[in-house]
Amino acid sequence: MAGIGGAETTGKRVGWGLLNAVVVIYALFPVLWIVSLSFKSSKTLADGNFIPREWSFENYQNIFSTTEFTRALINSIGIALIATAIAVVFGTMAAYAIARLDFPGKNLLVGVSLLIAMFPQVSLVSPLFEIERSLGLFDTWPGLILPYITFALPLAIYTLSAFFREIPWELEKAAKMDGATPGQAFRRVIAPLAAPGVFTTAILVFIFCWNDFLFAISLTSTEQSRTVPVALSFFTGSSQFEDPAGSIAAAAVVITIPIILFVLFFQRRIVAGLTSGAVKG
Amino acid sequence: MAEIVLDKVSKRYPDGALAVQEVNLEIADGEFIILVGPSGCGKSTTLNMIAGLEDITEGELRIGGQRVNEKAPKDRDIAMVFQSYALYPHMTVKENMAFPLRLAKVDNATVERKVSEAAEILDLTQHLERKPSNLSGGQRQRVAMGRAIVRNPKAFLMDEPLSNLDAKLRVQMRTSVSRLQKQLGTTTVYVTHDQTEAMTLGDRVVVMRGGVVQQIGAPQFLYEHPANLFVAGFIGSPSMNFVPATLENGSLRSVLGDCTLTDRVRQLVEGADAPREVIMGIRPEHFEDAALVDAAVLAAGGKFTSQVDVLESMGSDKYAYFNLTGEQAASAELQELAADAGSDDVPGDGISLVTRLSSASGAVEGASADIWFDADKVQLFDPSSGRNLTYTER
Ligand SMILES: Nc1ncnc2c1ncn2[C@@H]1O[C@H](COP(=O)(O)OP(=O)(O)O)[C@@H](O)[C@H]1O
Ligand SMILES: [Mg+2]
Repeated sequence: MAGIGGAETTGKRVGWGLLNAVVVIYALFPVLWIVSLSFKSSKTLADGNFIPREWSFENYQNIFSTTEFTRALINSIGIALIATAIAVVFGTMAAYAIARLDFPGKNLLVGVSLLIAMFPQVSLVSPLFEIERSLGLFDTWPGLILPYITFALPLAIYTLSAFFREIPWELEKAAKMDGATPGQAFRRVIAPLAAPGVFTTAILVFIFCWNDFLFAISLTSTEQSRTVPVALSFFTGSSQFEDPAGSIAAAAVVITIPIILFVLFFQRRIVAGLTSGAVKG
Repeated sequence: MAEIVLDKVSKRYPDGALAVQEVNLEIADGEFIILVGPSGCGKSTTLNMIAGLEDITEGELRIGGQRVNEKAPKDRDIAMVFQSYALYPHMTVKENMAFPLRLAKVDNATVERKVSEAAEILDLTQHLERKPSNLSGGQRQRVAMGRAIVRNPKAFLMDEPLSNLDAKLRVQMRTSVSRLQKQLGTTTVYVTHDQTEAMTLGDRVVVMRGGVVQQIGAPQFLYEHPANLFVAGFIGSPSMNFVPATLENGSLRSVLGDCTLTDRVRQLVEGADAPREVIMGIRPEHFEDAALVDAAVLAAGGKFTSQVDVLESMGSDKYAYFNLTGEQAASAELQELAADAGSDDVPGDGISLVTRLSSASGAVEGASADIWFDADKVQLFDPSSGRNLTYTER
């Protein structure tokens, strides 16, 4: 490798830079396009310009002027937060047990949760529809929260048990020897160390719930529980003859904001947790 | 304050493995006791039972006269130092050491004082604000010790606390552990698989094998009076030489030459009802260059002539290694020791022998040498049971 000179290294760097730029543009172009669309007025909507000729907040005003979108936003936030909280709490307990304990049926439990994660969701939609109708859960928050938890739990258990396995068992023994009750050992030693895992899982589960379209469209019928991805598909323009693309674009921009906030908020903690250091000498 | 008594303590793991079998041990207050044995012999299990981290299957554990079998670790008032140190990575050195005190709801001023005292003793004062991940192995080890000593527990338990350190640091830390224990006078149970640590640290040593205690005694006593082949081979470095031998009306026949048993040894052997075929054990320092031994003394031992395989001069004395033709001494104990030392797969038939000669010896590598051994220092073992036929309490 001694033959690699300065010129070659610079060439390599430029090559990588170009490649990165291509990837970033490829990934972000549709997003920027949507952002651009959302700021166009209905007249200039189809002019094909990347940068809007005249900036307008018309679309944003439109989507917030009716309850259709705001109600869906509230539904989305509420349902995703509740499902995430429940899935993470139960996932933490299950993952802790799987990582730490040897109990009969452990492998079965892991296997079954894998099975659920792999099950095609489409095939569950019609039975779920029938079941929820007869239980009165159809078109309610719990009607969506339940299936979300079902599919998010395996995900949560997998990510979390990987994190728990990383925490040395001896730390818990050391805490016990130092005079901690099992509860204190968990709260003051295990939980702080598992925090990055919990936050990572929370983000993944939240994104899964937030983005779901299949369950949301099949198990809701009114504004009462319709989430944003579904509400978007029901957008019509302000009049029958208007193209709803502008409103859809504005709504799409709005619903990415909670995800970005959520990730930014937890990301700090993830980084702080990961750099807290190893144990062994 | 706190003597620890193990009364026929046994441990059977849920998978059925009997890890510790009827251990009887009385540890006096302030005593420094070592559990030693090859890996997997049940040392950690025993220690964890004393700590309360493992349930006791059978028998009774008493600390300070009180049965504690059913007590949780936190109610036993015992501190432990782990092999991996088990420092809390999200806490600073200071927080790590203060943790037991905080759990005990000690007031702030006392916590500060005790932590700085401990840091002083362990030379950690300038590292108090650092995280464990930024410390060297030796410093982490000291933090682990610090966390154990801050709250003046009834006893310290240490599970191979030095085995993660490099050789030089290990020797250094060994002396400081010993000094610290003397200084604090706290009952200490120390687990190691290293016989040197066992010999140098403890007031008494407990040698274990396969979950069974082989012998308990002061290091020097175990060295001079091993109860069986296993203890004889485990204690001492370089270890005792073992050679198959035949007992024949008061004389001992082996590849090391014939010798007459001394009266002392003969009486012991007769009392022990010895078989004809035995294993003869003799430590390296009980050999000498025959040319340096008085004629009168020469007769009171055996003599053989062989080619010196390797000669290592240590300045103060010389180690001469021989490879004698003949069958190796065979017994389950010796096989286990060889496996533990990792030498069971070293090829070589014949008997390898280590001798320590005085520096005046004229032995030369590759040349033949006359070697004498002291017949009174010979120990004889029963090959089938491993029992020391020449064992005596004195
Ligand atoms: N949790 C466990 N479950 C089953 N067997 C175990 C467990 N821990 C240790 N053992 C077995 O018990 C024996 C003693 O182990 P241990 O006390 O750790 O030995 P040492 O510390 O002397 O190396 C070993 O044979 C080991 O395989
Ligand atoms: Mg061990």
